[in-house]
Amino acid sequence: MPYDYAPFPYTAPAGLTEPEPRQRVVIVGAGPIGLAMALELAQHGVSSVVLDDNNVVSVGSRAICWSKRSLEILDRLGVGARITGKGVTWQVGRTFHRAAEVFCFDLLPEDGHKMPAFVNLQQYYVEQFLVEACQANPLVDLRFMNRVTAVTQNGFTTVEIETPDGAYTLESEYLLACDGAKSPLRQMLGLEFDGELFEERFLIADIEMQGDFPSERRFWFEPEFHSGQSALFHKQPDNIYRIDLQLGWDADPEAERQPEVVVPRIEKVVGHSDFRLDWVSVYSFQCRRLARFVHDRVIFVGDSAHVVSPFGARGGNGGLQDVDNLGWKLTAVLDGTAQPGLLDSYDRERTFGADENIRNSTRATRFMTPADGVERLFRNQVLALASKADFARPMINSGRLSKPCVYPTQAPDDSRLPEMTRPGAVAQDAPVGNGWLMDELGRRFVLLCLGSDTPEVSGIDVIKFDPTQMLRARYLGTADRAIYLIRPDQVIAARWVDADAGMIETALSAARQ
Amino acid sequence: MTLITSPNIAQADEFYAELLAAHNGLSDAQSHALNAQLVLILANHVGDPNTLKEALTLARQGFDTPP
Repeated sequence: MPYDYAPFPYTAPAGLTEPEPRQRVVIVGAGPIGLAMALELAQHGVSSVVLDDNNVVSVGSRAICWSKRSLEILDRLGVGARITGKGVTWQVGRTFHRAAEVFCFDLLPEDGHKMPAFVNLQQYYVEQFLVEACQANPLVDLRFMNRVTAVTQNGFTTVEIETPDGAYTLESEYLLACDGAKSPLRQMLGLEFDGELFEERFLIADIEMQGDFPSERRFWFEPEFHSGQSALFHKQPDNIYRIDLQLGWDADPEAERQPEVVVPRIEKVVGHSDFRLDWVSVYSFQCRRLARFVHDRVIFVGDSAHVVSPFGARGGNGGLQDVDNLGWKLTAVLDGTAQPGLLDSYDRERTFGADENIRNSTRATRFMTPADGVERLFRNQVLALASKADFARPMINSGRLSKPCVYPTQAPDDSRLPEMTRPGAVAQDAPVGNGWLMDELGRRFVLLCLGSDTPEVSGIDVIKFDPTQMLRARYLGTADRAIYLIRPDQVIAARWVDADAGMIETALSAARQ
Repeated sequence: MTLITSPNIAQADEFYAELLAAHNGLSDAQSHALNAQLVLILANHVGDPNTLKEALTLARQGFDTPP
């Protein structure tokens, strides 16, 4: 069944007839990032207006692989169960060279996590679920067919907006640019990306077919069905399959997207012609970012701030981590409980995260589309070695899949505690009672006490559990007790085996700067 | 572990001859391929990242000065 791209309702905004009061936050772009941003702020009690120049979800599957961390973030925003319920869960990736399997990875080899390693779900479903959650939330004012045409800022921001019924202006304390890779706001501010552009084109197609394909990611180097190039295959719900085919830089994007060219290529991939073409696009890619994400009162979030090649699913997933990082900080600044300087830490931490994503996706792209000469020589010899020596197999890079970065920090730490939960890392989920640790961490700073007495600290929530085997493995290591200070975005701010109130208060105030 | 730059192969002439023999009958392109595999195999055997960095630095020496 093809997806029904039903338009969302447009209503004439109040600003057309009389000036509207200044908003706390205006978000530009109702893609996954803008919508998630509005819900994130709403959960912190902050209202926002979301402007989008369109009135339908995005066409085609686009971002399809949602990582465990994204699923945790989306779960907190209230759409986790819908996404995991509708999507295809997977954790195994197989890489082939010609017809032989040369490398296999399992992304979540251990249990005890509420969310799976990855869920494949077309971007249009994720947007639909987020739109419906926004429509049900009184703190989110979602305005379709509202196109921003100009922006100015002077201690606050002013945008000029065009609608089917005319133009109006809207002021806000902060303006969040969630308007995607081609971000018109970025252009209005005269900002440009720095980084690398790859001379390679891929065909991307969604096809509908009956079949019993396993829920795995499959990647081929030089497959017999697509000579000398590479191919990627993903299963999605509704019997929709996603195929990415390398075309080479000389390919003509307009010609390649014609069904009479696409269909024979797909026939060679799936081995029959019993399918329906659902969506086709041709893309080239870049791995680039803005030098800074925060420009006074205009803040860039998601693809408007950074773009990567798709191998590794680090675009949409990286953007959701921006949302998670910015929500509590912007709330604290708007509420006056933190100085505007806290937003510098969004810039610092998320440019660090973007650099890690860019580095990983650049390396994967290099391996997949090597330059002629020595780059191609080593790529081909790694592939050749893989069939005769195990060590070469993990060197095969068809994309290193999205994981949250560990933010650099000087916060208190203790070497007896496990590396995976060191300060700067996202907390690890684990079963607690009848539920999950991630669900117990709220929207505020929290003190997690494991096998430890509760220190007397005012103004902070304390949660306490008896250490189970999984909590020990993930949080205690060789120690028998620990105290973790965890941020509202579930990032570990500091940890101790023993701490007094003064130490905790010092770490708390450092994390709020 | 640091990179060994003093003589470390007991029968160096023997190894040199075997290295050349390994390329017997190969085209230039095949020889380049064999060398690339050999680099990867030996690098994996060394493993230690600092030693590998030292080896890369030593190998690169002299290539950046004009002839």
